[in-house]
Amino acid sequence: MGLRTSLYDTHVLQGAKIVDFGGWEMPLHYGSQIEEHHAVRRDAGMFDVSHMGVIDLQGARVREFLRSLLANDVGRLKISGAALYSCMLLPSGGVIDDLIAYFVSDTRFRLVVNAGTRDKDIAWIRSHAEGFAVSTVLRADLAIIAIQGPNAREKTVALLPPPQRAAALELRPFRGTAFDSWFIARTGYTGEDGFEVMLPAVDAAQAWNALLAQGIQPAGLGARDTLRLEAGMNLYGNDTDENHHPLESGLAWTVAFEPGDRDFIGRQALQSARLADGGNELVGLLLEDRGVLRSHQKVVVAGSAGKAGASAAPLLGEVTSGTFSPTLNRSIALARVPRTAAPCVQVEIRGKLHAASIVKPPFVRHGKPLIPV
Amino acid sequence: MSDIPSDLRYSKSHEWLRRRQDGAVEIGITDHAQSALGDLVFVEVPDAGRSLKAGEACAVVESVKAASDVYSPVSGQVIAANEALATKPELLNEDPYGEGWLFRIQAVSPADGSLLMNAADYAKYLADEAE
Repeated sequence: MGLRTSLYDTHVLQGAKIVDFGGWEMPLHYGSQIEEHHAVRRDAGMFDVSHMGVIDLQGARVREFLRSLLANDVGRLKISGAALYSCMLLPSGGVIDDLIAYFVSDTRFRLVVNAGTRDKDIAWIRSHAEGFAVSTVLRADLAIIAIQGPNAREKTVALLPPPQRAAALELRPFRGTAFDSWFIARTGYTGEDGFEVMLPAVDAAQAWNALLAQGIQPAGLGARDTLRLEAGMNLYGNDTDENHHPLESGLAWTVAFEPGDRDFIGRQALQSARLADGGNELVGLLLEDRGVLRSHQKVVVAGSAGKAGASAAPLLGEVTSGTFSPTLNRSIALARVPRTAAPCVQVEIRGKLHAASIVKPPFVRHGKPLIPV
Repeated sequence: MSDIPSDLRYSKSHEWLRRRQDGAVEIGITDHAQSALGDLVFVEVPDAGRSLKAGEACAVVESVKAASDVYSPVSGQVIAANEALATKPELLNEDPYGEGWLFRIQAVSPADGSLLMNAADYAKYLADEAE
C-alpha cells in the first residue's frame, strides 16, 4: 500500500480513479479529466495536494540561511505571508527541487516542496541548516487543498466567518495569511486565480465536503497536469531536474543574480553558464498536425540560417512534457532545444516526423488562449 | 461494472470483435478499456488495404494521459476504418461497441474469431485481472 493523504477515503467515496504518484495513492480523475480541466478554467475546481511537503524552518538566522540555500532571494520578502517561487540548486546548478517559500516572521519561514523529492529535500536542507542553527520540522499534520478557477476565491471564502471573508478576498497574488488553524495563500499551479489552503489534516475531509457543497468540482492529478502545462509551468522530474540548470529550464526569471554579493549554492555554475555561448533552452511547442506530444519524443530542429560551417546533421532536442490541451484542442508541449533553433521544428511520433512550432508559454492564462491556433 | 455485450468476442488485450452480415469482422476496444484509458483525444486507425497479422499493433488510441496500441485479434486485410474518430475521438468513450468501432477486416479465416473469449469468459477475465 502506498502513502495516503487524509482525504484518501473521501476521494474513493467520490468515485476517484486512484493512481500511484511518487509513492502516493492519489486521484487521477473523478470521471472525466477533461471536464475537470474545463471546470477550473471556467468556474472552480479543487485538488488535494496534501502529498506535497510542508517544512517549517525556525531560527534567528533563518533568512540568512535561505538566502544561501535558494537561487531566488527571500530578502525580497518584507511582509508576513509573502511568498516566493524558487529553485534549490546543487553546486553544479542542477535543480534539487522547485518550491515556494513563505515569509512568516523574522525567525520563521515555511517551504512547500514537491512530494517526490520531499525526503531528499529535507536531507539537503538539514545538512545545510545546522551551520545556521535553523531547525526544520516536516508538517505531516497538515493537509493542502488547492481551489482554482475564476470563481474559486468567492466560493472558498463562503466557508470563513464573515469578518475573515473580506481579508481573504483582499489577499494579493503570492500573498498568504493565517486564519486560526488555516493558512490561505493566493497561489496555484493552473494559470487561474485561486487559493491554496493549508489546514489541519484532521479537518480536511470536512472542509473538502463543504467546498464540494459550494459547487467546486473535485479535480485529479490528470487535470492538474494539463492545466499547469497550458499555463507553461514546469513539472519537477520532467521539465526540471538535477541534470539541468534553471537557465536551460525556462527558469532564469527565478534566479536572483542581484545583489551580486549574495553567495547562494549554485551561483558560480550559473554565472559560467550565463556567459557561455550556445546551450539549450526550454520552449513551448504547438503541434501543427493531429496527434499528441509526449515526454521524451525527439525534436528535430534546423539551426539558425546562414551559420557558417554548421554541419548538415540536424540538431536535436527533446520534449520534456507533452499533452493534449483541452482549451486549445491541440497538442502542446514543453521541450528542451538548442538556443539557435529556428521556429519551425519536427517532432518524431512513433517513427514519423510531424511539424510543430516553437511558441512562448504560457499557452493559456485566466481562461484565455494566448497562442493563436 | 463495465458493459460486455453477449454477441461479441473479446481478446486479452481488450479488443472486441463482431462478425458482420457481409462476412467482414469489425474491431474496437471494450467499455472496460475506454474507461481505463479515460478521455480519448486522438485515434489513429489503419489504412484500408493494409494486411494485418493476428496480434499486430495496428491502431493507436491516445487519452490525455497516454498512448495505447490496439492489436488486431485476427489476420486479414483492412477494408474500412472509422474516419469519424479523426475529428470525434470521444465517440470511443461514448459508444465503444457502436459508433466507436475502429476498423473492419476481411479475415483470412473468420472462424479464428471464435478462438477469442466469449462475454462470460471476458467478464471472468476482467474480474481476475482486478484482483
